[in-house]
Amino acid sequence: MYIPRVPANQSCCEQRPRLSNVRTNYTSTRSNLKLTSATRVICQGFTGKQGSFHCKQAIEYGTKVVGGVSPGKGGKTHLNLPVFNSVKEVRILSRVMFLFYLPPDQCMASLSREAKSATGADATVIYVPPPGAASAILEAVDAEIPLIVCITEGIPQQDMVRVKHKLLKQSKSRLVGPNCPGVIAPEQCKIGIMPGHIHQRGCVGVVSRSGTLTYEAVHQTTQVGLGQTMCFGIGGDPFNGTDFIDTLEFFLTDPETKGIILIGEIGGVAEEQASEYLLKHNSYLCLGSQGDNAKPVVSFIAGITAPPGRRMGHAGAIISGGKGGAQDKINALEKVNMREIICNNLQILVKCFIMPQTPIKAYTNLTLFL
Amino acid sequence: MKADRVPVVSYSVQEMYSLGIGKVELEEVNPNLCGGRVENHLGKTTPSSPDRDSNLNLPVLSSRAQHDKQAITQQIRNLNLMEYQSKILLQKNGVAVQKFKMIENADEVDDNLKNFKVDEYVIKAQILAGGRGLGYFDNGFKGGVHITKDLGKVSSIVESMIGHNLITKQTSKNGILVKKVMVAESVTIKRECYICIIMDRFLSIYVYIHYFFFFRFIFTLYVSNVYILFFTRENNGPVIIASPAGGTDIENVATSSPHLIKTIPVDIEQGVTDEMSKNIAKFLDFKGSLIKEAAAQIKQLWQLFLNVDAVQLEINPLVETSNGGVIAVDAKIIFDDNAKFRHKDIYSLEDETESDPKEIEAAKHNLNYIAMSGNIGCLVNGAGLAMATMDIIKLYGKEPANFLDVGGNVNEEQVLKAFQILTSDENVKAILVNVFGGIVNCATIANGIVNASKTIQLSIPLIVRLEGMIY
Repeated sequence: MYIPRVPANQSCCEQRPRLSNVRTNYTSTRSNLKLTSATRVICQGFTGKQGSFHCKQAIEYGTKVVGGVSPGKGGKTHLNLPVFNSVKEVRILSRVMFLFYLPPDQCMASLSREAKSATGADATVIYVPPPGAASAILEAVDAEIPLIVCITEGIPQQDMVRVKHKLLKQSKSRLVGPNCPGVIAPEQCKIGIMPGHIHQRGCVGVVSRSGTLTYEAVHQTTQVGLGQTMCFGIGGDPFNGTDFIDTLEFFLTDPETKGIILIGEIGGVAEEQASEYLLKHNSYLCLGSQGDNAKPVVSFIAGITAPPGRRMGHAGAIISGGKGGAQDKINALEKVNMREIICNNLQILVKCFIMPQTPIKAYTNLTLFL
Repeated sequence: MKADRVPVVSYSVQEMYSLGIGKVELEEVNPNLCGGRVENHLGKTTPSSPDRDSNLNLPVLSSRAQHDKQAITQQIRNLNLMEYQSKILLQKNGVAVQKFKMIENADEVDDNLKNFKVDEYVIKAQILAGGRGLGYFDNGFKGGVHITKDLGKVSSIVESMIGHNLITKQTSKNGILVKKVMVAESVTIKRECYICIIMDRFLSIYVYIHYFFFFRFIFTLYVSNVYILFFTRENNGPVIIASPAGGTDIENVATSSPHLIKTIPVDIEQGVTDEMSKNIAKFLDFKGSLIKEAAAQIKQLWQLFLNVDAVQLEINPLVETSNGGVIAVDAKIIFDDNAKFRHKDIYSLEDETESDPKEIEAAKHNLNYIAMSGNIGCLVNGAGLAMATMDIIKLYGKEPANFLDVGGNVNEEQVLKAFQILTSDENVKAILVNVFGGIVNCATIANGIVNASKTIQLSIPLIVRLEGMIY
């Protein structure tokens, strides 16, 4: 049995052993998750139907889409933006363009800034169909794009295992997805397929495995005026680039985020791991300032009625061998602390935020709105 | 200082096991499935408890079911292959299996078996269910698995099987029509092992019991808390589970002798190395020259796992025969549906006769549909919202009739089709449409519903909730 060693001088609540959020090269890329209105985004699969449509929507929303990649169509223009043959080309050509527009004395300073961002792009969104999606992700990793958001659903699991294998060994790029709706910083930058108009800039961080359930949570927080800081759709696949813990760390260290909504579903143990992480980092049990500054977390777990052994839409949403069931996850999350409230009813998710100290049982008959 | 409640959680060791956790997890072999049934050629079947989950792709120690029994007996909608189909796949990928011939017709027996001379024949009816050995045919013939040394008798046995329904503990009372029979070389099993390769999200769950003392500032109380931390080390890739105690009692091995199970993660790029395969072979108690052979078989199994894009490949039993061979006597393969586009040949082998026709129809139109047992039909976009919709129906005391995720690229045609499928289910007494359009256009759904109600003459209540994007 593996029992991890814990330094003796840690306080009692920190004597819990290090959990599965082991620090690797890859975990250092969590800071890449931050989006601002200055984030420059390129699109892989730019000229395809999905890519075109959603990039147009993103541009209308105010996202700084700077170009796209479509092998074989390099040099052309699409949506008034340059098309490149590959992600590496974006990197090289944008540097060349940069040099031409600046006087020599400013070039050197600008080049070093440019070198820091590694490419002409801060993020890429992938709308490539499943057969080519994994290589599109790897291409972006090779080009050291800081944030890669893969929307594609249906990438073979073996391909994603190989992608993850590479991803974990590097520290420049972070992947969100695949099979996810994307990432959005309301009123600043939208990378993905989510409807922009339901979002509002505010103070709640939302993270979810399901796209449409994210929209529900966003809709409710907008309607009560809380708004969102950032919304992450981490996707429904079993092997993905970002899990709950990555986004929770982001939210816990983000000063704008005052509360967190976590939406999970059946399959895997991501929610259980998240609850362990919260217990350690966000629980009132922690002594000192950490405990006092603990942010309220509200969760909803979908699939309590899902039959076992069936893949419920998402490749990762499957209860197998008695594992990954909704009740297990609810139980794990309930153990965290009193401020973490489990909603068995999606409608009252937001109500829980407004009155965080009230026990959950009181809410089972409340409806907010449908 | 906050006088907050200190959560005290305690479980006894017994309860921990019943919670489905333990030092190592073991794949449960469920005879209800595809080309894998746990039967040896003598016709013994695995005891299958009706409370077990079915079609697992992750190991289980014991089942802690949060579902009703009805759901368990549903037909699984993964790709199910019959025994001979799995064995052909194994053969193609260099894994040693018993020699066999396929018979589709009683007349073919003599021709097919002319050159197939072995000491003892085992004749097995091919159906998508387990329990064949103890089953019986609708013509009174007993046993779906027969052994004989006499080539002459094979013909009559085959004749009694083909074209008749075989009824077993795992089929309906009408049984399943036998269209093909496998005649294989009977092997004398000296020892049975278990080996499984699985694409696992988490390796195993270690239970860590942590005692600590918590000082309360105001009241000096020493409170001892037993914390059970579910320690899951995420594996992110393939894992091999092996045990020298294979066969029909494998489920008990995990509880009674966990030291007999080894779980080995495999690096996807490196694969199974020579050293790794040798160590596994040694752990499986192979000795002498057999170590090399078993190691070679393990490497071939790994190749097969990669080649067919399997999410799970289970061989139970992997046998050591009395004349010094290593053979996979039975196989259960679960395929990654996402990789269907590059394995059209395998998916064309699918036998749909035992699947729910509504689900087959839905799959044809790219609708994610799973039949359930209630009476409120659901049409939702997004898997998460679809599950939440089912949950909400249950919360208010009713039962959903189905799970249906129309997906992001739905068109009006598909909405019409979805309605047709929902209304074809006689249990459905009302339909709930719950759509939050993001990539989906609400107008598409609305138009689809209007068309459907005109075409189908909808006579049951329809409740529609549309939110989100209209383009």
